[in-house]
Amino acid sequence: MKYYDKLIFEISREGRVGYSLPKSEWEGLTSSLSEEASGIAKNLLRETPAELPEVSELDVVRHYTNVSNKNFGVETGFYPLGSCTMKYNPKINEEIAHHPAFCGLHPLQSEESVQGALAIYYHTARVLSELTGLADFTLTPFAGAHGELTGLMVMRQYHLLRGDTKRTRVIVPDSAHGTNPASAAVCGLEIVEVKSTANGTVDTNDLKGLLDDTVAGIMMTNPNTLGIYETQVVEIAHLVHEAGGLLYYDGANLNPMLGASRPGDMGFDIMHINLHKTFSTPHGGGGPGSGPVGVAAHLVDCLPNPRVVFVDGKYKVKSGKMKVESNHSGGICQFGNSCGRVAAFMGNFGVVMKAYTYILSLGKDIKHVGPIATLNANYVKESLRDAYYLPVDTVCKHEFVFDGLADKSTGVTTLDIAKRLLDYGYHAPTIYFPLLFHQSIMIEPTETESKETLDDFIDIMHRVAEEALADPDMVKTAPHTTPVRRLDETTAAKNPLIKYRDLC
Amino acid sequence: MSKVIEGIKYADSHEWVKVEGNVGIIGISDYAQHSLGDIVYVDLPSEGDEISKGEEFGAVESVKAASDLYSPVSGTIIEINSELEASPELINQDAYENWIIKVELADPSEVDALLDAAAYEKICE
Amino acid sequence: MNKYIPHTPDDIRQMLDKIGVSSIDDLFADIPASVRLQKEYDLPEAMSEEEIRAYFKALGDKNRQQVIFAGGGAYDHYTPSVIDALLSRSEFLTAYTPYQPEISQGTLQYIFEYQSHICELTGMDCTNASMYDGATAAVEALFMAVAQAKKKNRVLVSATLNPTLITIIGTYAKYKGIEVDLIPETDGYTDRTAMQAMLAEGDVAGVLVGSPNHYGIIEDYTGFADDIHAAKALMIMHCDPSALAVLKTPAEWGADIACGDGQPLGIPLSFGGPYVGFLACRKELVRKLPGRIVGATKDVDGKRAFVLTLQAREQHIRREKANSNICSNQSLMALHITIYLALMGKQGLREVNEQSYGAAHYLHDELVKTGLFVPAFPNAPFLKEFALRTTLPVKALQAQLAEQGYMAGIALGDYREGMDDCILFCATEKRTKGQIDELVKLVKEAKL
Repeated sequence: MKYYDKLIFEISREGRVGYSLPKSEWEGLTSSLSEEASGIAKNLLRETPAELPEVSELDVVRHYTNVSNKNFGVETGFYPLGSCTMKYNPKINEEIAHHPAFCGLHPLQSEESVQGALAIYYHTARVLSELTGLADFTLTPFAGAHGELTGLMVMRQYHLLRGDTKRTRVIVPDSAHGTNPASAAVCGLEIVEVKSTANGTVDTNDLKGLLDDTVAGIMMTNPNTLGIYETQVVEIAHLVHEAGGLLYYDGANLNPMLGASRPGDMGFDIMHINLHKTFSTPHGGGGPGSGPVGVAAHLVDCLPNPRVVFVDGKYKVKSGKMKVESNHSGGICQFGNSCGRVAAFMGNFGVVMKAYTYILSLGKDIKHVGPIATLNANYVKESLRDAYYLPVDTVCKHEFVFDGLADKSTGVTTLDIAKRLLDYGYHAPTIYFPLLFHQSIMIEPTETESKETLDDFIDIMHRVAEEALADPDMVKTAPHTTPVRRLDETTAAKNPLIKYRDLC
Repeated sequence: MSKVIEGIKYADSHEWVKVEGNVGIIGISDYAQHSLGDIVYVDLPSEGDEISKGEEFGAVESVKAASDLYSPVSGTIIEINSELEASPELINQDAYENWIIKVELADPSEVDALLDAAAYEKICE
Repeated sequence: MNKYIPHTPDDIRQMLDKIGVSSIDDLFADIPASVRLQKEYDLPEAMSEEEIRAYFKALGDKNRQQVIFAGGGAYDHYTPSVIDALLSRSEFLTAYTPYQPEISQGTLQYIFEYQSHICELTGMDCTNASMYDGATAAVEALFMAVAQAKKKNRVLVSATLNPTLITIIGTYAKYKGIEVDLIPETDGYTDRTAMQAMLAEGDVAGVLVGSPNHYGIIEDYTGFADDIHAAKALMIMHCDPSALAVLKTPAEWGADIACGDGQPLGIPLSFGGPYVGFLACRKELVRKLPGRIVGATKDVDGKRAFVLTLQAREQHIRREKANSNICSNQSLMALHITIYLALMGKQGLREVNEQSYGAAHYLHDELVKTGLFVPAFPNAPFLKEFALRTTLPVKALQAQLAEQGYMAGIALGDYREGMDDCILFCATEKRTKGQIDELVKLVKEAKL
């Protein structure tokens, strides 16, 4: 297929249009937004027009169809991307989320007129509670990182409400994803790293030495970033709670726990869920996702506003006190027990609808998700360990990590392997994460992939390992068949060109 | 093998300092530039800023990494190497020739406590 | 097993053999018994597609579709049909973040186009690949100002901004430890004299104002940039990107950072989300910009291509020292507005504003003519949203009109002291003269 290289601005022709609006009924009132016609002072109007493209409808459709052909999605091929849970995104989810009875609702409509939407919000929170063992959820956070931040706000608010103001440190494993410490910093918390043992689990001896009355809590994921279940989790929960801290569960790795173990039962007080991972909503090239935050019963009042409650047979929105006042010492808003407000409305409601549809589609059978995801991961791991170096040799859950090729003698790196996989029609695994190893290759085959798909992938991984020995230069210059090849990222970072005008 | 040169002092955070009179000239070591790879940006402080030993004064970025810069000495920043704004790759070309800041030393004795070339070379092994 | 899990019993058997265990349960033997799930989930049985459809249809029937005469941060603009058709392409919909640029040029290119559009609309030099929503974009803008100022920790926000936005800023600031002060308003406008006095107190890193403001007023910010820059602070403007086709841009006002919600660019109301935030700035601030940024470059064959750039600012590299914890964007919604702007183009977006202006002013004038309403801020210029005081009981009026299928504005008393008799109305190009005449008739006939 011919490579399509145009930007929308490059196919623009003066005078073309791609829209239709009704004939204006307001000709008598204003035909144009000039000062003379509208009474808006010239000083308030734009001086130079925005150079938006001028294209026909077919131009637009063909352009973006061609642009889409340069992309790879879950429906294009297998996506063994560790930590990202790239499962199939069911079509019925999309159909339901586009239902006209929900798309046209204004977020500030009266409660009486949005009972169906509020019911979805309320019941989604209920099913998430059942699946995680936590008392209640807010669905407003927009993404995993946003959920993390919201959860940490809940953590801080809990301590502040008890007058325990010196708890300003949060413990994060050194193997954690960078988002954990970044979220903690945005929440005004100081980060303390707890060491990992050789197999990547939390070193409980190191943890004991860190716990004191300045610790707000600990952030963990379980299974951890190596896909290994933290078997000490019960003891860790006990230690942290004894010290007066709370446990935060990063839900990035929740998928294998469906049908296996619930964060609430493990002793976690707060968690976020990535609906775009565990609950099958599409990643959309980077969003919109959704990051609901769940809490144990003693933290429910600290959840952000607005909250949806069910009272006297009606769904109601609790918004808290919204009125603002300027006050130098106490900030500008008072929220009562709630940690505050993190989004203008109710979060990515459309994404919530997709996740709820998925959960209802599986119902009780959702218990098979974790076991089959785990079966798939262990199968791929055991099938490839002859060709790739497995640094931690144990049963994994949904994902596992290789530390590069078993035979590194030709100098072929993890990056090269990842790029070569693109030539074979696979998305690359997650690479160079976790940071515990120099050549990490993190593979997560989700439960929606069949044995045949995995077998084909295993074959290709073996073939790439052979190529790395037989023809290393070819692997080091891969990919060869993709729409574009390796890019000059250094020049891009040195002299950022980030808009069309920068190219002109 | 990265280059370590004699006659200047090093911090274990990979900065070097060369003393001329009461001025300390500060850059990053060859080892540091090599570990970062192609440098694409140097975050420079402002002239006149007061810094103390161990304090962060900027950062060096490559495409996939960033490294904070810590001052090996205390004092006042009297000059920044503004050439690095447009050409950060100069540090890759010669990390010792292309200094980052010049500091008027508040306490020249601080320099004595830093590593000499031999001791720094050991760290980089 | 079910339609989303393709494993046959035979597959499972063979896979277990390869692993060398006898059952799937064995793969979970490391989980302590006390925390192993021992029960069935208390969930309904799996539903078929027809059951799912019926279930959501029944819930949908409990909603009441209304003719929307309200804004307040979510605007009922026209959505061209092309957009959904293109957004549902799986190459866009089911892709991950474009970390492998060789097979992600589709996403990277449309983000580049999105960035170009946002820079055109705001007049700014730089922007990122989008934010969660307008409110979080404003928060990040204020954080940028604090980061840029290094040792200053105080920001000012205008009281004329949307109170929900102010509440969100207050929430983030509380935890981050930033001091926020409200610049008081006078007759619906940001009080410049008060701002000057607050700036003179010192320590201000940034000032946030809105255009149009929460009342729909197009404020005159002449001189603001000079005042703010004299205090070595940054001027941040929260704006409606649709209105920027006609209104003075943040860059033209002298602002350093522009932010806002992209929803007015044809994103359906969707009960509040997903929408998309935008954040743009002058080029001197680009290293402080949070989130992803796409840049143009070339591949080894010299072909033009796009790539995520300036990543060394981000959380996966900088961890707790990152400017922000954001690690995604609202990519698909950024594509939504990118396609919208391509379709509407230079002329269409202007026409959207002209027709919205026409509808809103007709509604305004007709309501005032009833004698039941007076402008809350007489002679204040507005585009599509405006506040009226009424002699009618606000809540009862809205409830009755809701019964009749109209969302009649937003009760300002819910948000602001002393405004219990005020309604914030809005009309876009989607509102017809017939709908407006009907609303006005129902208002006149209302029995309250």
